[in-house]
Amino acid sequence: MDTTYTITDLALSLDTVWMLLAAMLVFFMQPGFALVEAGFTRTKNTANILMKNLLDFSLGSLLFWAIGFGIMFGSGGFMGMPHLFNFRFLDSELPIEGFLVFQTVFCATASTIVSGAMAERTKFSMYIAYSILISALIYPISGHWTWGGGWLMNEEETGFMMNTFGTVFHDFAGSTIVHSVGGWVALVGAAIISPRIGKYSKDGKSRAIPGHNLTIAALGVFILWFGWFGFNPGSQLAASGEENRVAISHVFLTTNLSACAGGVFSLITAWIRYKKPSLSLSLNGVLAGLVGITAGCDLVSPVGAALIGAISGVVMIFAVDFIDKVLKIDDPVGASAVHGVCGFLGTILTGLLALEEGWMYGAGPNFFLAQLFGTTVIGCWAAGMGFVVFKGLDIVHGLRVPARVEEEGLDIYEHGETAYNN
Amino acid sequence: MKKIEAIIRRTKFEDVKEALLEADIEWFSYYEVRGVGKSRQGRIYRGVVYDTSSIERILVSIVVRDKNVERTIQAILSAAQTGEIGDGRIFIIPVQDSIRIRTGERGNIALYNAEHEE
Repeated sequence: MDTTYTITDLALSLDTVWMLLAAMLVFFMQPGFALVEAGFTRTKNTANILMKNLLDFSLGSLLFWAIGFGIMFGSGGFMGMPHLFNFRFLDSELPIEGFLVFQTVFCATASTIVSGAMAERTKFSMYIAYSILISALIYPISGHWTWGGGWLMNEEETGFMMNTFGTVFHDFAGSTIVHSVGGWVALVGAAIISPRIGKYSKDGKSRAIPGHNLTIAALGVFILWFGWFGFNPGSQLAASGEENRVAISHVFLTTNLSACAGGVFSLITAWIRYKKPSLSLSLNGVLAGLVGITAGCDLVSPVGAALIGAISGVVMIFAVDFIDKVLKIDDPVGASAVHGVCGFLGTILTGLLALEEGWMYGAGPNFFLAQLFGTTVIGCWAAGMGFVVFKGLDIVHGLRVPARVEEEGLDIYEHGETAYNN
Repeated sequence: MKKIEAIIRRTKFEDVKEALLEADIEWFSYYEVRGVGKSRQGRIYRGVVYDTSSIERILVSIVVRDKNVERTIQAILSAAQTGEIGDGRIFIIPVQDSIRIRTGERGNIALYNAEHEE
């Protein structure tokens, strides 16, 4: 055996280990989502929501491996060519299989956002159908336009973005590409399936349907927070060398600062607005800060990161309120406000607060406009596809369980087993 | 023979239990109950204000001989009273008969342990 590895070789191994470690952390966001969603909903639907979280990762991983990965990273304009299990299409220094795992957990994150927003009333079979479509088509196609090297991130001088804005769209770890895609699909899905029975009174007033276990929800948020330390710093996809070790450390710091600012400022906003420091909203506030910083965690300063977190935390409260009381869309866990609105917000704030290209640092509006354009295009794509998928499923088969099933619980009728037994 | 039903605060249950034991009331049943009344608790969940219309209390159910009725009531009153709204109610209901299942004894004798009392 040849023991004289070159330094370059070892550096690449270090990068690979970091990528795989980050993938593990991002995978651990799956139980985080499962616990948040279970905690914010009622006992009678707990087995159902856990099942949905188990399924969207399992099925989504298989589909992303078989189809999605090729669509996202293969060659092509609108979408890449499905590779049909031949990974040689991708030319990468990092081992392709490791890279596939890393990308899979990101796809699964986008996919799992929707289950909370449509909780407590969606047929399990319809959730499977949705799950197939987001993992195999919706997420990989908009992913192809960006991380797959497509038109939104094409840095060639003749590319559309360079021609129009003189710069390309930037989304470091997926405020837009992962979170807002999930968030907008969630919003459209929750709107199409309409509110849970009893969520609005006859005169249209919003009513509280308290989640059954805030201990579980809080644990879920802490786990997501932990997972985010893989999500953002891992997206550097390298750890070796001075440039990379500085970058992942910087991203680690900005990610945490934004999460904390999001939690603190949502707490303050809730305290002023509702007279109480609300735990459930502060938990969402931490997630809002995390989603917000994800796009620009590599480009903004620590101060900029705290600012993005604070703005995300405050806006999230008003977004939850607006979606609940004005739009009258029933999103039991606040997924659309946290992932959709704050994903959008974090992406455009990157255009303002990026140290080199940010508008606030005197670099002109071009980068900001590129960010606004990119996140709007992807938002329209996700919302549009969400509309087609859920409207289509609703017409073909009906999205919603019968009223009696909803009242007595999806656990008993859809799954035949309940989460809590004596 | 009377049945005494008292609806008391959950926080006062241990005090009431001790007071009853001190008054030589040896056995009784209790239930966790929910009711609707004047007292309300404002709550807020995810920005939506609501109040809990259901009030949680404990219902103590005691069957005693007529001579012990007053003693029982005094025990409950002394232990369950706070003076605030929501302290609860005591109801006294006549009981037709009682039967000890082990021996088939009927009437007052079924309510207490005769050997123990002597």
